Amino acid sequence: MDEEYDVIVLGTGLTECILSGLLSVEGKKVLHMDRNDYYGGESASLNLTQLYRKFRPTQSPPTELGRDRDYAVDLVPKFIIASGELTKILVHTDVTRYLEFKQIAGSFVYRDGKISKVPSTEMEAVRSPLMGLFEKRRAKKFFEFLQGWKDDDPTTHQGINLDKDSMKVVYEKFGLEPGTQDFIGHAMALYLDDDYITKVARPTYDRIILYTSSMARYGKSPYIYPLYGLGELPQSFARLSAIYGGTYMLDKQIDAIVTDDEGKFVGVTSGGETVKAKQVIGDPSYFGAGTDGGKVRVVEEGKVVRAICFLKHPIPGTEDSDSCQIIIPQNQVNRRHDIYIAMVSSTHNVCAKDIYVAIVSTIVETDRPEQEIAPGLSLLGPIYDKFVDITPLYTPTSSGENDNIFITRSYDATSHFETVVEDVQDVWKRVVGSDLVLKKREVEVQG
Amino acid sequence: MSKQYQFKLVLLGESAVGKSSLVLRFVKDQFDDYRESTIGAAFLTQTVTLDDQTTVKFEIWDTAGQERYKSLAPMYYRNANCAVVVYDITQSASLEKARTWIRELQRQADPSIVIALCGNKLDLAARRQVSQEEAKKYADEEGLMWTETSAKTGEGVTEIFTAIAQKLPLTAPSATRAGGARAGPGARAGVDLNKQAASAGQPEACNC
Repeated sequence: MDEEYDVIVLGTGLTECILSGLLSVEGKKVLHMDRNDYYGGESASLNLTQLYRKFRPTQSPPTELGRDRDYAVDLVPKFIIASGELTKILVHTDVTRYLEFKQIAGSFVYRDGKISKVPSTEMEAVRSPLMGLFEKRRAKKFFEFLQGWKDDDPTTHQGINLDKDSMKVVYEKFGLEPGTQDFIGHAMALYLDDDYITKVARPTYDRIILYTSSMARYGKSPYIYPLYGLGELPQSFARLSAIYGGTYMLDKQIDAIVTDDEGKFVGVTSGGETVKAKQVIGDPSYFGAGTDGGKVRVVEEGKVVRAICFLKHPIPGTEDSDSCQIIIPQNQVNRRHDIYIAMVSSTHNVCAKDIYVAIVSTIVETDRPEQEIAPGLSLLGPIYDKFVDITPLYTPTSSGENDNIFITRSYDATSHFETVVEDVQDVWKRVVGSDLVLKKREVEVQG
Repeated sequence: MSKQYQFKLVLLGESAVGKSSLVLRFVKDQFDDYRESTIGAAFLTQTVTLDDQTTVKFEIWDTAGQERYKSLAPMYYRNANCAVVVYDITQSASLEKARTWIRELQRQADPSIVIALCGNKLDLAARRQVSQEEAKKYADEEGLMWTETSAKTGEGVTEIFTAIAQKLPLTAPSATRAGGARAGPGARAGVDLNKQAASAGQPEACNC
């Protein structure tokens, strides 16, 4: 450990592993450490033993759940948007060779006490029970408008300026009902609250187009998911990093972040030794989050409550889907933020046969978080077992440009990885000093 | 009709026993005396012809150095059909390390995995510390294949991979897919991101 590195990366969550992989490919000398003896940090997928160690240290997993090694339970419920930014990184770095993906079978939205499929095509919209006859016609016009929009062709604009008019103006132009706005804004544009309505329409337009193009890609839902759980994603980027010379050390306690008199980063102390590097990147837990020791370099922005539920049946009303997302828009349950349900099963090699793993989550608004997800839990049917976690969301207090300490953000309450990629791009820009440009790796000739 | 079977092969063993050299010899028939620790060796494949009708394609995973600090990811062992555990015949400690890796494989990998124990650096037999008897006895006890090789001269290299190919269960090609061997993009059970990205014709997917 007496070598000097360009970058030390702390924590093997997805954000850190993508950065580590990309930096190694770029030729940086990277040392990547994690205090856990497994990959993934806050975005890991755990087997039963690890899950119980985390949530119920005094209990061992019931034998009824089956073999330990069949489980890969995600800590963070997220899916990959098929045409989204993470997919681009996966393809461009070629880590797809280490992974296999399956579709998520369905995307549903809660309205007036029951759940329905989110319509994504004209055909589905016409058949959807979410809208009455006249509303369907209005919605059809709305979607035709979005699909037909061309920036350089004013005849497609119908008097709307996406960069000036608010989404409210667009909804009103097509006369869409509040319930329809709910599923468009929350189940398609995937906003967590209603703040977007009064803002300029362009980002919402982009999000709806992303949703519909992702939907069109594989058919059943806009989402894909890696076999063996989300924890495969950080592992694959860690392998990329290692292949390009990155050094990996798991099970390493980090004792201190060492800085000089001016507060600039010098190195990391672990097991009594200090390893030096020019820069350090790490997740909030290595920079004072939730601890008493050391300098605190992050601030809590809010909390997310997540309940990991084991079921012995698919979620009622989802056409027995082996996997799905259900969105409960905030208006439907008188909240400020949506409740999400993400479910996967043995089809994705994440649990034993005939077990279904559903995670219900939302942003905490009160001092009784578990009660806030009750509307979601009640949709699941009988719950075999439940692990509730209330996680603070941390964000760095400084950009790192002055001290060479670059801290990533916690995994937020969104149902996908788009904000994770935004964080990767943001940290990259701060660390490297220029925008992240993905270059295709050379294709080697195969024998 | 000829058939090609594809299997995932993982390499294990202590640092500097010659894992990468062994693969380089097998795949490219090259050897480099002063080879650096594995850097940039992405993803190697090599095909072994068993007879006119049958070829076996190995998808070879190198540790990329992640074995050094007990940091091999579970992904590495996942769906591995066969493993070559390498030791250096001039370093008795490396056989001890190989035993540890074999225990790890028995714990983490599929029970049906075919394991070959391989004593490398046979060209340095004058400095031998591990006797053939000792290694063979251990291999027999554990039900492993065993051989000695020299990545430098090439001795025994093709032979061990061919022997593994012969020992692998050659069921119907479709069954090997289900068994986890990734038989190329077209054979995957799930969705193929690469293929879709190309055929979806989305220009933004290529110039970001």
